[in-house]
Amino acid sequence: MSDLEKFREEARTWLEQNAPESIIGVRFSELDGNWGGRKAEYSNPDMKIWLERMADKGWTAPTWPTEYGGGGLSAQEAKALNQEMAALRIPPALVGFGLTMIGPTLLRFGTEEQKQEHIPRIVRGEIRWCQGYSEPGAGSDLASLQTRAVREGDEFVINGTKVWTSYADKADWIFCLVRTDPDVKKQEGITFLLIDMETTGVSVSPILLISGKSPFCETHFQDVSVPVRNVISEINAGWTVAKALLGHERTMIADTFGASSGRGQKRSRSVMAEHAIRYLGEREGEIADPVFRDEVARNEMDTRAFGLTVQRAKDAAKAGHQPGPESSMFKIYGTEINMRRNELSVRIAGPQALGWDGPGFDEEEIAVTRDWLRSRGNSIEGGTSEVQLNIIAKHVLGLPD
Amino acid sequence: MEMVLTEDQELIAKTAQDFVNEKSPIARMRALRDEGDPMGYSRALWKEMAELGWVGIALPESVGGAGMGMADLAVVVEALGRSLAPEPFVSCVGLAAAAVVELGTAEQQESWLAPVASGDQAMAWAHLEPETRYNPTAISTEARQDGEGFVLNGRKVQVLDGFGAESFVVVARSHGSSGELDGVSLFWVPADADGVSVERQTLLDSRNAAIVQFDHVKVPHASVLGEAGQSGEALERIIDRGTVVLCAEMLGGMSEAFRLTVDYLKEREQFGTRIGTFQGLKHRAARVFMEIELARSCVMAAVRAVDEGNEEASKLVSLAKARCSDAYILAANEGVQMFGGVGMTDEYDIGLYMKRARASELTLGDANHHRKRWSGLSNY
Ligand SMILES: Cc1cc2nc3c(=O)[nH]c(=O)nc-3n(C[C@H](O)[C@H](O)[C@H](O)COP(=O)(O)OP(=O)(O)OC[C@H]3O[C@@H](n4cnc5c(N)ncnc54)[C@H](O)[C@@H]3O)c2cc1C
Repeated sequence: MSDLEKFREEARTWLEQNAPESIIGVRFSELDGNWGGRKAEYSNPDMKIWLERMADKGWTAPTWPTEYGGGGLSAQEAKALNQEMAALRIPPALVGFGLTMIGPTLLRFGTEEQKQEHIPRIVRGEIRWCQGYSEPGAGSDLASLQTRAVREGDEFVINGTKVWTSYADKADWIFCLVRTDPDVKKQEGITFLLIDMETTGVSVSPILLISGKSPFCETHFQDVSVPVRNVISEINAGWTVAKALLGHERTMIADTFGASSGRGQKRSRSVMAEHAIRYLGEREGEIADPVFRDEVARNEMDTRAFGLTVQRAKDAAKAGHQPGPESSMFKIYGTEINMRRNELSVRIAGPQALGWDGPGFDEEEIAVTRDWLRSRGNSIEGGTSEVQLNIIAKHVLGLPD
Repeated sequence: MEMVLTEDQELIAKTAQDFVNEKSPIARMRALRDEGDPMGYSRALWKEMAELGWVGIALPESVGGAGMGMADLAVVVEALGRSLAPEPFVSCVGLAAAAVVELGTAEQQESWLAPVASGDQAMAWAHLEPETRYNPTAISTEARQDGEGFVLNGRKVQVLDGFGAESFVVVARSHGSSGELDGVSLFWVPADADGVSVERQTLLDSRNAAIVQFDHVKVPHASVLGEAGQSGEALERIIDRGTVVLCAEMLGGMSEAFRLTVDYLKEREQFGTRIGTFQGLKHRAARVFMEIELARSCVMAAVRAVDEGNEEASKLVSLAKARCSDAYILAANEGVQMFGGVGMTDEYDIGLYMKRARASELTLGDANHHRKRWSGLSNY
């Protein structure tokens, strides 16, 4: 047996022995996942036990170095672990921006002291992070951000407002872009700073979304003092860090939305095909409505083509090829497939997709509707599709400005 | 399945590209068209390609081939597709020869494939009938048992590279009716057999195609491929092989059409600036880029799946053909639009790609057809 197969078997055994019964098969989406943090609430206490067990092995962050509490696994081992979890229908023990965004960024740009301070607490789900990039006047043109940081000795004093800060009301720390020099080219006066949300002068106000949830907030900073040692990389060098993090964010978004489904369904029908048959009926083994049948196939095939492209990029990277600006392509395509999938779900459900709450609609139907509304943000968050197209045109195709 | 070219494949790709640049620029295809050459491709160059090992790259070593796979052949065909090289890789290698590999005895393979692998002869795939469209079993060419052998009667249309081919692999029916799997039979028939007549057709992409008529053509027992009446399932696999070869060609064509377009965007000036500065065009170009990247992934997966005999091979072939059909058409249509008026002229090459895009889209199933096939294979 190869080392990898051996690992796979050990992992499976461990998972079977350690995953609490009550979490198996639990649906996890952005909203239901375990995000951890000081304010975490557990409707199922087993989820907390599950987090602790996984964190003890470092398997919440399987590929991170063991010296910071990570699992120290190779990419292949981590993939095997994921596959085993999926096969056993075990949800991830922890999700969130710590694992997907700030963690990888700190591992690359952080000082030893910063890594020691933050990484283990991310792995253990003790600290929940949020992202303070966007401002009312700085969205796509992120580099025009105005939140001011003025140095006073060993501290920066922060004043300004961030907006669309997802889960700021539930987060413990925020990674922030602040302006430290207003007199240079806009990209050159930005600093990447970590701020404890409990610091005096930080306040948040939730914003209600069209999906009826309010996962994001306005975050205000009024004379907030932050130690200079919380700067990541150099002062005024934050733009480089910010862009690297956006690369992680886009890959994460693409992985979440695009590459997951459409595979390994040789005999059993896909979820979408089942959904279509539920609402449209079946005739001679086919979705009864041929137009929708075609749309289901189109969506599945798009998803598969996308998954194969993600795999190709990964295989090319493993083979030592230079990764290109693919994260932009993945961001556009992955999110758009997910949005089309949600549109299709809603149209297949027909009038049953019109429920908002209350009698006459089951939980799944309400979810179809709410998920569709939420998905409309996919092509906006993390840099809009238009901005990604600009990046491809410029950096891949070399088209002139 | 590793979705990356091996070092050997990288090398083959480079050799093929150098060959295309030197010996087969698109001007060659244009000249063949303008001269009204009935063969439509060059036998001399076909022979050279065979000597380089390309014609037989995926054929067994026993017939003089290299015994490699579709993944290797695809790399060569993609390079040829860039310059619209009209040599008969799809019909002769992808379909007819694949049928002999799939169903032929060792003896049949040796006598029929060896002259193909050496580039001395071409074999064509005589399958399509007016009512076939994309349903492989919708054929009614009749194969009547006659002692040990058979007698063929029927009319094949759009036999690709059929004009001038030395032999045909003919798909006929020994029993059953059009559309049924049962009764599908394959035969090898030399072009000079009694009762075979070949008439050249003219297609929009100026490729070689012919109507081949079979009038009481006697086929001896030794020329039956596989078991008469039982080749319906093999037919699907053969067509899958031909389809991935076509996809590889399409990938080359769309990539080159797009390269020409992007170059033009960087060069043509209007309103005092290069048209590539206009965001209305930039975003559309970026979308074409993405579609081509996705098509490439699908083709890579499909050729590898066919080589592995993967149980998902047919699905991945349909995925590849659907994507290539849509992406090639998109790249060509957007290309003509972005070239503006000159895009409509015969002088500019982009129009040649548009014609080939359409022809290859409507050969071996368009995107609609392959989505339907995908649904069927996915059990819904
Ligand atoms: C669900 C959700 C969660 C989010 N979470 C966070 C978060 O946690 N933290 C955070 O910092 N931010 C977050 N954002 C903010 C997000 O990053 C911004 O909304 C996004 O970058 C776009 O900025 P904007 O909203 O100001 O739109 P604008 O930049 O004003 O864009 C408006 C429109 O103009 C287009 N446009 C702008 N510039 C160009 C151009 N150069 N070329 C062509 N078109 C252009 C855009 O594509 C868009 O269609 C979130 C957003 C959403 C929807």
